[in-house]
Amino acid sequence: MSTPRYDAIVLGAGFSGLAAGIRLAQFDRKVVVLERHALVGGLNSYYKRAGRRFDTGLHALTNVALRSEKATPLARLLRQLRIDRDVLELREQSFSEIVFPSARLEFGNGFTRLSESVERAFPAERDRFARLVADVRAFDPFAPDLADRSSRVELRERGLDPILADMLLCAACWYGSAEVDDVDWRDFVVLFRSIFLEGFARPAGGVKTLLDVLVKRYRELGGELRTKSGVQRILRDERGARAVVLDDGTVLESDCILSSAGLAETLALAGGTLDERAAPRLSFFETSWITREPQRAVGHEATITFFSRADRFRYGPPRSGELVSLENGVVCCTDNYASDAPPDEGLLRITVPANPRAWFQLDEDAYVAAKARCSDTIAAAAAAIVPDPRPRAVFTDAFTPRTIRKYTGHVDGAVYGSPAKRRDGRTGIENLFVIGTDQGLVGIVGTMLSGVLMANQHALAARSA
Amino acid sequence: MTREEIIEAIKDIIHTIAPDEDLSNLNTSERLRDQIELDSMDFLDIVMELRKRYGVQIPEEEYKELATLDGCVAYLGPKLAGKSLKVGV
Repeated sequence: MSTPRYDAIVLGAGFSGLAAGIRLAQFDRKVVVLERHALVGGLNSYYKRAGRRFDTGLHALTNVALRSEKATPLARLLRQLRIDRDVLELREQSFSEIVFPSARLEFGNGFTRLSESVERAFPAERDRFARLVADVRAFDPFAPDLADRSSRVELRERGLDPILADMLLCAACWYGSAEVDDVDWRDFVVLFRSIFLEGFARPAGGVKTLLDVLVKRYRELGGELRTKSGVQRILRDERGARAVVLDDGTVLESDCILSSAGLAETLALAGGTLDERAAPRLSFFETSWITREPQRAVGHEATITFFSRADRFRYGPPRSGELVSLENGVVCCTDNYASDAPPDEGLLRITVPANPRAWFQLDEDAYVAAKARCSDTIAAAAAAIVPDPRPRAVFTDAFTPRTIRKYTGHVDGAVYGSPAKRRDGRTGIENLFVIGTDQGLVGIVGTMLSGVLMANQHALAARSA
Repeated sequence: MTREEIIEAIKDIIHTIAPDEDLSNLNTSERLRDQIELDSMDFLDIVMELRKRYGVQIPEEEYKELATLDGCVAYLGPKLAGKSLKVGV
């Protein structure tokens, strides 16, 4: 039997891989998406415990702009995938907040709530904040050949109150920075727009709704999806990547391989190494509590709460090798998204920075004990900011950098990938490209757009003749 | 394909890509992107649909020929000669 040959092979059935697969299948390319696990989704997936479905990753679908705005990332993405917005069954947030010791900001879908909130909390910053927003609206983060720029420096140069600057950075970093204590300016612009100018919603059925829509669309177009098909090696010759070898030894050939495995991870599969500065990768610890009643029953109405327990926000791994950091984090109350019927129970998730190496070295018993202990300490630390879920909990589950590494294959269980991005998708090896987090677009919408853009550029436009 | 058929072919492709756009009053000499919401990603889709439906190959440096409907007719006329219109695919 001859070796199967494809126009393109996609590694990973996460959001970027499925989006890339749809684009290719849409134009009759013979494409296969390979997924190591039985379930699709990668970092953003779901699992069942005690008869309930839990989402990993996805807190919110960002970029939820008004339906009438056509030039926004979500609208462009859905157009490229030819998916009707209605099938996502989007439910909008109530509102969200950023809570620091000496100030609190609220924001909703659309910009008014944030601008009013800034005016109340930082009346002296009104003009400087307006200028920042104007700059963010005017900047083109997708322009070619932009240099890396620090958002901390950009905000400082605009003379913004340091606490206000840190509050904005807190939300931006948490929703998409792979860098310690900073975020690249173009990413800040993208995140600022998607969080504050557009907003949050959640598909009615959570991440599963979204994944089901993508898989259905991909299959209808004739795309091939192989789960439980991990890639052990990428074969190459002097002209570049040529084929992949699956864990079971099957060889699949293609002159175009799009990988969502991460840049360093992809190069390792191809027998290469990445020469990158030894910056730590950021990973998280997250606990979900199912509570007897929705959060609004105890007076908590915010959907997402970004918090820092110090006015100087420091985004990064825990100091001194601790398992988790209690300095800052994000709380997501899924039951505060709009719903058709009042929810009969609640779900509160708290996410904090974690130290991957500390989690990796625990033996099984110590690991289980550490999960319980850390869940306890983060709930206690956040109790001044959101209602403590523990007395109301009917079920608790946690994930760690170990869980993330298992489901994504990312070094150190990195959530936002390597600090070094490859904006053009090129890996240095011909025919082999990165998509998803390490290409540089973040968030669920960003990562899907990454799959679309890289498929367009490297597999469709470049190979249309 | 006649001039009218080429215009219909392009409009049908645009309708597939952007179903919510109103295509009833397009001016044939004005740039498409000045009349309806189309970005460079959408232009790639027009090219890809032309390839898929009619087997027409358009190199990247010639995408600009498709900026107006008149441009489409001039550029695609020879390439679509002898081919028949396919709509609603």
